[in-house]
Amino acid sequence: MEDCLAKKMEITVSEAEKRTGRNAMNMQETYTAYLIETRAIESQGEGQCAPMDSLWRRYSEFELLRNYLSVTYPHIVVPPLPEKRADFVWHKLSADNMDPDFVERRRIGLENFLLRVASHPVLCQDKIFYSFLTQEGGWKEMVNETGFQLKADSRLKALNATFRVKNPDKRFTELKHYSDELQSVISHLLRVRARVADRLYGVYKVHGNYGRVFSEWSAIEKEMGDGLQSAGHHMDVYAASIDDILEEEEHYADQLKEYLFYAEALRAVCRKHELMQYDLEMAAQDLTSKKQQCEELATGTVRTFSLKGMTSKLFGQETPEQREAKIKVLEEQIQEGEEQLKSKNLEGRDFVKSAWADIERFKEQKNHDLKEALISYAVMQISMCKKGIQVWTNAKECFSKM
Amino acid sequence: AIQDLSLPNGTPVDTSSPASSSSLLNRLQLDDDLDGETRDLFVTVDDPKKHVCTMETYITYRVTTKTTRAEFDLPEYSVRRRYQDFDWLRNKLEESQPTHLIPPLPEKFVVKGVVDRFSEEFVETRRKALDKFLKRITDHPVLSFNEHFNVFLTAKDLNAYKKQGMALLSKMGESVKYVTGGYKLRSRPLEFAAIGEYLDTFSLKLGTIDRIAQRIIKEQLEYLVELREYGPVYSTWGGLEVELSEPLEGVSACIGNCCTALEELSEDMTEDFLPVLREYILYSESMKNVLKKRDQVQAEYEAKLEAVALKKEDRPKVPTDVEKCQDRVECFNADLKADMERWQNNKRQDFRQLLMGMADKNIQYYEKCLTAWESIIPLLQDKPETK
Repeated sequence: MEDCLAKKMEITVSEAEKRTGRNAMNMQETYTAYLIETRAIESQGEGQCAPMDSLWRRYSEFELLRNYLSVTYPHIVVPPLPEKRADFVWHKLSADNMDPDFVERRRIGLENFLLRVASHPVLCQDKIFYSFLTQEGGWKEMVNETGFQLKADSRLKALNATFRVKNPDKRFTELKHYSDELQSVISHLLRVRARVADRLYGVYKVHGNYGRVFSEWSAIEKEMGDGLQSAGHHMDVYAASIDDILEEEEHYADQLKEYLFYAEALRAVCRKHELMQYDLEMAAQDLTSKKQQCEELATGTVRTFSLKGMTSKLFGQETPEQREAKIKVLEEQIQEGEEQLKSKNLEGRDFVKSAWADIERFKEQKNHDLKEALISYAVMQISMCKKGIQVWTNAKECFSKM
Repeated sequence: AIQDLSLPNGTPVDTSSPASSSSLLNRLQLDDDLDGETRDLFVTVDDPKKHVCTMETYITYRVTTKTTRAEFDLPEYSVRRRYQDFDWLRNKLEESQPTHLIPPLPEKFVVKGVVDRFSEEFVETRRKALDKFLKRITDHPVLSFNEHFNVFLTAKDLNAYKKQGMALLSKMGESVKYVTGGYKLRSRPLEFAAIGEYLDTFSLKLGTIDRIAQRIIKEQLEYLVELREYGPVYSTWGGLEVELSEPLEGVSACIGNCCTALEELSEDMTEDFLPVLREYILYSESMKNVLKKRDQVQAEYEAKLEAVALKKEDRPKVPTDVEKCQDRVECFNADLKADMERWQNNKRQDFRQLLMGMADKNIQYYEKCLTAWESIIPLLQDKPETK
């Protein structure tokens, strides 16, 4: 992490603004723009702060950046973006993308994304990323000029397509399985957590009704009146406290969501390995069959059934010259194929090595982050319990004065 | 002079303590409840037992009495009573002490199939209510000296005694629960109107609180259902992980502990809180009926007084019949006022205790959860040994 960008530059997504504009089809649309502010970190602290640069980006530009990074660095577990649409919402949360709370949480998520990329030893050095942070105009064109879309393997998107790979690196197979399980379990967790939040909200809010009825009751009481009235007030406080509690918990949910999406990125790397291995095996298979063909032509023995063989039997054998030509072509192809196979092999091994290195880095990061998330969740629960004890202790005191 | 107390329909009224002195006694003994040293009667209900007979299955409770009162032959008694017997006692008290507020019994009927009459929780809740019922009578300066109460506490064979009473009842030929006179009161005196209004609002508010409490319990149970699914997911996740396995298991166990605590809270509220609320609602209802009886006694007096006035007879002396009515009204008013004061005081203490209990249960719930979460913090922060 020594030379990563995050150490040299302060990056924040400080504001979000609603904008209206015209889209590609010249139709009016509303979207949110986010202000990215950057400032160089002065290492010696001369007391003088570097000037702050800023520019506005919208979510689709972040998506473009991420797509570019995923294609350009397929061996890296690329940090995910915050969710496009509000998902796993409990009833009080809005599913509306324009809702200020959602926009705020998204702002934080986008900042987090940029910081993740900036702290990554490989990704932080990318020029397109740097330009994203610093160059307002012409960035989109710059990205498209890299021609990364052409490099994109469309098969990566076809998640469910199975490729029969004979010798995948077992570690990647296991890891892919793990990422699937992780996605499943975190989704389940988030769904249930949303329901738990809903129910907890209900419990707290109903207590608010005590406030009103105690107040009404206190009106007909002499000695009990004051105690009841003040206790009722504490019930109102109790009912109101759940809003802040659940808002804080959303941050925990967001931390989990990040790793839900990270699981997808992890899966993509495993998938890439699978595809590379598949291509490798296909190429090796192709080479083998070409060698075989060559041998058959040279020796005149037909070991395998082929349509060509049949047709030549039916329509007459080819001339020696034709056969020679064919052999020559094949030999060229074989040589090409062998070179390609060699480089594919090398590529494959390099990929496995660098991907596994990033995966190890990712594992450590994941363990650290999730531990921190669990700790902060426990701290939240502790705080909620303490608040509960406080309120009920206050209410008890009021009751004791009845 | 001891006044002849009888209801307009001629039913004899318990005269163990004269009415005028009873209210005096009431006022003198108001502070008795808190002073254990002057107490001379102690009653407890415990030890529920199930009896299975050919015709029916039922529960009996042991009623233990310790006393130094002269009205009791022995200093200690232990008898077994079933709900029917308590119900009989209450009816007898209402009949024989119509000017007093009789404490309520827990509800007689339970919906079969919804509530298990023989479950531990139900029996315990009922036992507590029956115990409270007898203690309230014990604390009452007039009711505690009632003859039927004495028999209830002491008789080996209560049924035999009950049969005697039944014979008397059939002779009467009409219900003795309510004063029948057909007199309509023009207007309730201010102080009793105030009591009536108070009881109306009071029972209304209690009804609302009952509904809120039930709703909270319902919401808590629904919350519990979700929590019970939530906790295990962390455990499943822990199974996928290596380094995070223990922390995730820890969180799962923690949530499990919170579930247990929540279950206990809901159970406590159902068993301890709701029944007392309902008792007081029943109490208010029976008290309103006593107010109505008082109205009728007053109405009878006023009607008879009016009838005499209309006759325009030049009598210097008011007829004894009207005088008796007047005494009845005054005694009823005195008894009722004294009982109301006593009731208000007890009510305040009961609700103070009830609501403090509710707060306590919630505090305990949060304390249990707090302990659970605090205990896993070190587990979560634990750094694994470098491999």
